[in-house]
Amino acid sequence: MSEPMIELRGVSKSYNGRAVVGDLTLAVPRGALCVLLGPSGCGKSTTLRMINRLVPCDGGTIRIDGEDALRPPVEALRRRIGYVIQSTGLFPHWRVDDNIATVPRLLHWPEPRVRARVHELLEMLRLDPRIYAGKYPHQLSGGEQQRVGVARALAADPELLLMDEPFAAVDPVTRDALQAEIARIHEATGKTIVFVTHDIAEALRLATMIAVMDRGRVVQSGTPLDIVERPASDFVRDFVGVQGLGLKLLAVRRVRDRLQTGEQADGEPIDAGATLAEALAAMVARRVGRLAVAEGDGRVVGAIALGDLVR
Amino acid sequence: MTADGAAEPWAAAPRLHNRVLPVLVLLATAAATAMGFVVIAPNRLLPGVGVPLWQAAAAPATAGFAAAAALLLTLCWVRPRGAVHYGAAAVAGAVLLAAPAVAGASAAQLLGSAPPASVASLAGGFWVVGGCAALAAIDSLQRAQAGAAVQLVTAAVLAGGFLALSRIGAFDALSLSREYAARHDLFGAAVLRHAELVAAALGAAVAIGVPLGLAPLRRKRFEAPLFAVLNLLQTVPSIALFGLLIAPLSGLADAVPALRAAGIGGVGPAPAIIALVLYALLPIARNTVAGIGGVSPAAIEAARGMGMTGRQVFWRVETPLALPVLLAGLRIVVVQTVGLAVVAALIGAGGLGSFVFEGLGQYATDLVLLGALPAILMALGADFVLRLAARAMPRRGAA
Repeated sequence: MSEPMIELRGVSKSYNGRAVVGDLTLAVPRGALCVLLGPSGCGKSTTLRMINRLVPCDGGTIRIDGEDALRPPVEALRRRIGYVIQSTGLFPHWRVDDNIATVPRLLHWPEPRVRARVHELLEMLRLDPRIYAGKYPHQLSGGEQQRVGVARALAADPELLLMDEPFAAVDPVTRDALQAEIARIHEATGKTIVFVTHDIAEALRLATMIAVMDRGRVVQSGTPLDIVERPASDFVRDFVGVQGLGLKLLAVRRVRDRLQTGEQADGEPIDAGATLAEALAAMVARRVGRLAVAEGDGRVVGAIALGDLVR
Repeated sequence: MTADGAAEPWAAAPRLHNRVLPVLVLLATAAATAMGFVVIAPNRLLPGVGVPLWQAAAAPATAGFAAAAALLLTLCWVRPRGAVHYGAAAVAGAVLLAAPAVAGASAAQLLGSAPPASVASLAGGFWVVGGCAALAAIDSLQRAQAGAAVQLVTAAVLAGGFLALSRIGAFDALSLSREYAARHDLFGAAVLRHAELVAAALGAAVAIGVPLGLAPLRRKRFEAPLFAVLNLLQTVPSIALFGLLIAPLSGLADAVPALRAAGIGGVGPAPAIIALVLYALLPIARNTVAGIGGVSPAAIEAARGMGMTGRQVFWRVETPLALPVLLAGLRIVVVQTVGLAVVAALIGAGGLGSFVFEGLGQYATDLVLLGALPAILMALGADFVLRLAARAMPRRGAA
């Protein structure tokens, strides 16, 4: 296994003698989307902000890409790390294109390269450059603002992206679209992402790895399936299971793992990469007990039945 | 019929659309009828007799003012649109220029039949008519939502018209003009000195006040003592503060000859500028705290998180976002400083205040006006420029 992208070892932080993060150890593999999950006040945001040193840590070591993150000048470190916050933090006096160009300009990229990159990012975030480049942040909806926030964080093509409850302030429909966007970008770019949230559904949807935090410590880390199926403590079980464990299990398992190869079924096939929850929803909506399953290229590979969901 | 008000029968009846203009017109008409427009006095010192407009001015001039009043009243009943407002502004502007010209002509007429030492001054009626005309012009431009360019052109046309009238001698018979003519060579220097005092004080006050305002933003515990001191300074009466600075500064100049050589002493511009700076510190520091402190914390967090240095955060994010508030503070300070600088003449700083105090000493109202009017215009002009500057900044919404 190659060296982790981020490695926190024995990291601690206290305010006025009260430990917010205590002796925290966590390794995030390269290319992972690691969700720091926990109730408010568990130290997840503080942990995230210690990675780009917005919060100076009191003790321990933080290594990014094998290098001591506490050594380089703090501005140089931050320019290599994308950062997205809940309230977007867009500069209200700058147009969208200038907001996105912030870090490339701090890095003194040549102007034509900056403009090309801004254009590319607007298209990646599905914001038509002709419409959006010249707007000011207050002319955008909350979801559009957060897309610009993500584009700005990606501008200098950082290896690492830190996201602090980025979608907590947008409506559920917009949040769903933004989550899909992040999943797509993560898959397409292979960037390492550390994502803070208290929303278990968001964590299960996005994460390749979840670190559940409580009172300044990581109480369990592993794949979403591990966390849901084998909670390491009552705290994790309670936190993850608050809103019905069964549906959560369906939400983290894929149709591909349960399908009966070679079987047939009527109707529009469902994608093999869809979750079991999506398959169940489709069955309920269509009032059928079986669905055809197709791979991404449209080739039907089998079927899945209601009974397969509970196997 | 329909929800459209214009289609309702009662809406066809004339309706008063502008309530400000009629008040101003009626006020000006009453003043022009009942109060003196010019005052004729036997000499510079004795009180005179006010002559109302309709007695003082030639019949066509009186008729012209009456026509302007009638026209403005009529416009109040016309359905409001841009052309109506600009029309009203043009009429009010014309009255504003005509009033001093008519006063000048009337003065020349009246002095012709008066004893040789007689003087003619502007009277209450003139000031009310002029003031109402100015307010009507400003109100109409605001209703027309005139842009910066229109406002600049209006100001330039009025100033140009006034200068042209003055060049052809339209105001020569007025004692204000005579006072000006008597001090013609001193006047330019006094205006310049006044502007220098204000500029020097503002420059120093910004250089000191902005860092003072930043201090409590970085360290909260500075805030209470800082503003306690600045508030205390603000409560010292200006004349007292000018006087209080004489002793320490002359002592300092005696102790350090280099300062004396540089022109610093108990009297003169140095104590005046120091006092003006002390008064300007409170509003500047307050607005710095309010402006920079009001910048969205999320924008600052994002700026730092993306790797801006402290200096870059200050210049690229905090300062531009705080600029509207900072400029609002500067406008207050400019107006306040131009006015206070008049008092600085008391301790030998020169400027327009020297005319004011000379006039007070001689009981010569028009000499007081010769100092006060340019000071008022200077304050209004600086305020106007700063307002345009604030409007010219890029539009922005809440963070």
